[in-house]
Amino acid sequence: MPDTAAKTLRRVAEYMLPLWRSIALSVLLGLLTVASGVGLMATSAWMISKAGLQPSIAELGVSVVAVRFFGIARGVFRYLERLVSHNTTFRLLAEWRVRFYRAIEPLAPAGLGDASSGDLMARIVSDVESLQEVYLRAISPSLVALLTAILVTLLFGAFDPVIALVMLVFLFAGGVGLPLFAWLRELYFGPALIAHRAAFHISLVDHIQGMADGLVYGNGIGRPGALHELNREYSVQERHFAQSDRLQTALGVLVVNGAALGVLAVAIPRVDGVYLATLALAAIAAFETITPLAQAAITLGQGLAAAQRLFEIVDTKPAILENGSLAPTIAPKDYGIEFKHVSFRYRPDDNPVLDNLNFTIPSGERVVILGESGAGKSTIVNVLLRFHEFESGTILLGGRDIRVYTPSDIRQMIGVITQRTYLFNTTVMENIRLARVDASDEEVINAAKQACAHNFIAAMKDGYATYVGEDGALLSGGERQRIALARVLLKNAPIVILDEPTANLDAITEQSIWQSIFDATPGRTVLIVAHRLPKTEQLNSLIHLTRYSAHSG
Amino acid sequence: MNRRLLSELRLVRLPFVLTCVLTLLLAGVVLTQAAFLSNIITRVFLLKVALGDVLPSLAFLAGVVGMRALLVYVERRNTANMAIRVKANLRDRFMSHLMRLGPVYIWGRRTGELTMTATEGIEALDAYFRGFLPGLIGAIVIPTVIAIVVLPIDGLSFLVMLLTAPLIPLFMMLIGATAGGLAHRQFTQMRRMGAHFLDVMQGLVTLKLFNRSQAQVESIAHITDQFRQATMRILRVSFLSAFMLEMLSTLSIAIVAVEIGIRLLYRGIGFEQALFLLIIAPEFYLPLRALGARFHAGATSLATAREIYRVLDAPIQRTLIPSAPIPEHLNIRFEHVTFTYDQRSHPALNDITLDIPFGHKVALVGASGSGKTTLANLLLGFITPTTGRITVNGVDLTSLDINQWRERLAWVPQKPYLFNTTIAENIRIAKTGASHAQIVLAAQAAGAHDFVSQLPQGYDSPCGEHGMRLSGGQVQRIAIARAILKDAPLLILDEATANLDVENEAIVQTALSNLLRAPDRTALVIAHRLNTVIDADSIYVIMDGQVVERGTHDEVMAHNAAYRELVRAFGEDTLDA
Repeated sequence: MPDTAAKTLRRVAEYMLPLWRSIALSVLLGLLTVASGVGLMATSAWMISKAGLQPSIAELGVSVVAVRFFGIARGVFRYLERLVSHNTTFRLLAEWRVRFYRAIEPLAPAGLGDASSGDLMARIVSDVESLQEVYLRAISPSLVALLTAILVTLLFGAFDPVIALVMLVFLFAGGVGLPLFAWLRELYFGPALIAHRAAFHISLVDHIQGMADGLVYGNGIGRPGALHELNREYSVQERHFAQSDRLQTALGVLVVNGAALGVLAVAIPRVDGVYLATLALAAIAAFETITPLAQAAITLGQGLAAAQRLFEIVDTKPAILENGSLAPTIAPKDYGIEFKHVSFRYRPDDNPVLDNLNFTIPSGERVVILGESGAGKSTIVNVLLRFHEFESGTILLGGRDIRVYTPSDIRQMIGVITQRTYLFNTTVMENIRLARVDASDEEVINAAKQACAHNFIAAMKDGYATYVGEDGALLSGGERQRIALARVLLKNAPIVILDEPTANLDAITEQSIWQSIFDATPGRTVLIVAHRLPKTEQLNSLIHLTRYSAHSG
Repeated sequence: MNRRLLSELRLVRLPFVLTCVLTLLLAGVVLTQAAFLSNIITRVFLLKVALGDVLPSLAFLAGVVGMRALLVYVERRNTANMAIRVKANLRDRFMSHLMRLGPVYIWGRRTGELTMTATEGIEALDAYFRGFLPGLIGAIVIPTVIAIVVLPIDGLSFLVMLLTAPLIPLFMMLIGATAGGLAHRQFTQMRRMGAHFLDVMQGLVTLKLFNRSQAQVESIAHITDQFRQATMRILRVSFLSAFMLEMLSTLSIAIVAVEIGIRLLYRGIGFEQALFLLIIAPEFYLPLRALGARFHAGATSLATAREIYRVLDAPIQRTLIPSAPIPEHLNIRFEHVTFTYDQRSHPALNDITLDIPFGHKVALVGASGSGKTTLANLLLGFITPTTGRITVNGVDLTSLDINQWRERLAWVPQKPYLFNTTIAENIRIAKTGASHAQIVLAAQAAGAHDFVSQLPQGYDSPCGEHGMRLSGGQVQRIAIARAILKDAPLLILDEATANLDVENEAIVQTALSNLLRAPDRTALVIAHRLNTVIDADSIYVIMDGQVVERGTHDEVMAHNAAYRELVRAFGEDTLDA
């Protein structure tokens, strides 16, 4: 169940605790900035009022200095405040990233469901990033505003409690009433806008990605008419929504100037005339921190929604607890794999994906598990890698129950090549070295040669030092799989699992990848999971996996 | 780019003029408010007038404040509508231009980026039309009006204003020019800071497979911190601009205050005027400072505008020409067709000549990247030949009405797209108004009926991003059902082998054979399966954009080594299917 907004806010605040000193400093600087602004207007007004009484110049001396001081101080404080608050924000961001990474790392991929996809990760990353807005544009300004309000009320109270009370009413209206108003309107009208935006977006994706199909067949769907209509509806919603912004701005104007007027009206019979201008202008200057709060409320709402999504993931229990350091390392007897009556389901109320599954892969043999999509082929791999906890039965790895090993020991034994290999945005060398961090350049190059990757890598612009781009954008599907093979070879794992490594490749590349794999893995236990048989004679046996059962053939 | 964006205003000329007028009125209200405020205070303070006697003035002042709020409201409403209209118009133009550019333009780009430009890119212009532009008008109109009013009251204040006001935009531009590069660096720096984290997160499972995921904790902290320091170095400089603006306006207010204070002391100016000047001085600088804050948003808008206009300026290859009706009996010829994609040095197709006579099944074979799909795209009218021509019954394809032409053909692409609607609608797009029975019949022939009727909502199951997850083979069969329902005289088939398991492949194979069997159907097949090739009337072997061999299966088998290699790679297991 998602947390309430208040609880989420508290948790976000807890995440900020380690940096409370920097935060306090930036809030203090923010306060000094506003105080200088108020000081500038208040002392200027007092100086002029005093000058209107024609005193000697000496009586103005102090105020002249004060006016100049505040005039300079404001800019300086603002500059410092920006530096400190941004620095703090970035440090918070670093802290948050580490914390969320720590929380999410044990969940991957089982606890994230379908979610280990790039899209979810992208959302998590942008959610973490939007938390910085919460601090920079909501929490910090709110604190500054609160302190300003207290200070100004006290200041006005020194003249007269009634004036302070009037000011407090306006401060409350601007600092609590308006933000609440903005927040409620966003809550009420926001979803409709988002829904229309989403509808437009979906239709847009249809038009762009499905353009070819739409042009050849498109009666109705592929044509711009529908999109135009959605665009129009979206604009209508935008107009509705823009109402909030202008109401909020106009009310803001009303509150600020109303405050000056209200303060003046109650001050006239209560204080010496020389202070009237001071109070009126100080009132206006004080609102500098108050009026942006309406917008801050909206930012806060959005940020808390992001935080809520994050906490929901963080609160998920990992499928398998890893306490690698505690358990002693146990050596396997050999590198065979045996499934005995293994059952597994993704969620308690789902149908079992693996139901009483039995098969044996003797150490050093090559075995293909063949099955249609949805038969649970990839599930076998995930269970074996301890990404998921199986429900019943026994899995023997190297002659011992798989549960006696730590998950990290198991992953040390097994090298995996999946359908689509993820490449990090670094050099080819580092992408391969990932498999064994202490490997020398020679060892990496040797692995690449064995994987038949050396030639295309050497032909790249900077050879092994070439950056592969975002998610290896520069490499083709076949080249990726060769890098994946090089990784597995460098890792030198005695068990190799191939999960449809050629699914996205054309027939000729497919052939040569299989060849490279078989040439490079003599003597290892190789488990191949596929929906069609690799064209090779170099297999020991074949297991047909139909839904819920497996039989050798 | 600025001028380009401003030209979008021709759509909203009247609201734009209204914005200027409203801003002018706002300046008047601000001055009136300051005048009344200083007048009331003067009367109470120096003339010792009682509260009761200034009450009418206070009431009037309240009215002025109300007026000010009202004007702000109307102005915001006006600019919001202006921005919304401009954006809606741009979205319409963007999409219709994209539709005319055709799918090949899209395939050359990341669809994600195009979608982003059409949505968030255009959305970012909001900041320009709703923030920067009215801000600019405010920064010109309000200070000018105030300065004009101040001139007869106090020359020196006028001078301070006159000297500092132009300095602010000047500073903005000066710092902006260096900060242009600076802002860019800052932007890239910030993006890198996020990109590294995203990279680690998306590769999390990979890291885990190599037991490297926990080691990343330190790396994240370390790299984020490095990026923080680099970003702060840039920010320190770019905050200087804000500092200068702030300094200029507050110091100016201080100078004006001290100056009029001293003049007041020597009776050089009346108290009321002096107070008026002090009240109006911040109002003078407020719009200028606000513009400074909006400057950055404006700059970001300009950057995204560049992306939008890049698409809008892409030239359209084909214009729509009405033509005589296209007959059902099609004889198609490629005559010395060469095609080169934009920004490529080598042609994708080089001097291709081939015949697709009426009723024939023509197969194209060749390694991926040899140009087979380009050939299909030419026939689909997504692109037009760079040189040479394609004729239909002797008439140049480019002179035919492209919509009419496409009505004559059905296409099964390798990766068909399912629209975000129901399965039934996804099949029905092939023939508007097709009955449910017709759709079921087509689905049955395509081998799709069984899996569709097993879905909880059957033919009404939603597809697409938020719908059912269909397998590659299932999507393929829906595309075949489309082709069957359309029953067009020309069929263009891009066979797919990937993503199909053995069972699915047999079903798809049968469905395709059904589709190809009709004797009066002409077909161009990009062949991946051996039996399609064997059944074809003629086979063209394509290598590096050129036809290297043509003939029947036996002829080509006898003559061409590359073809034999391909046949071996296709695999014997598809032979008997």
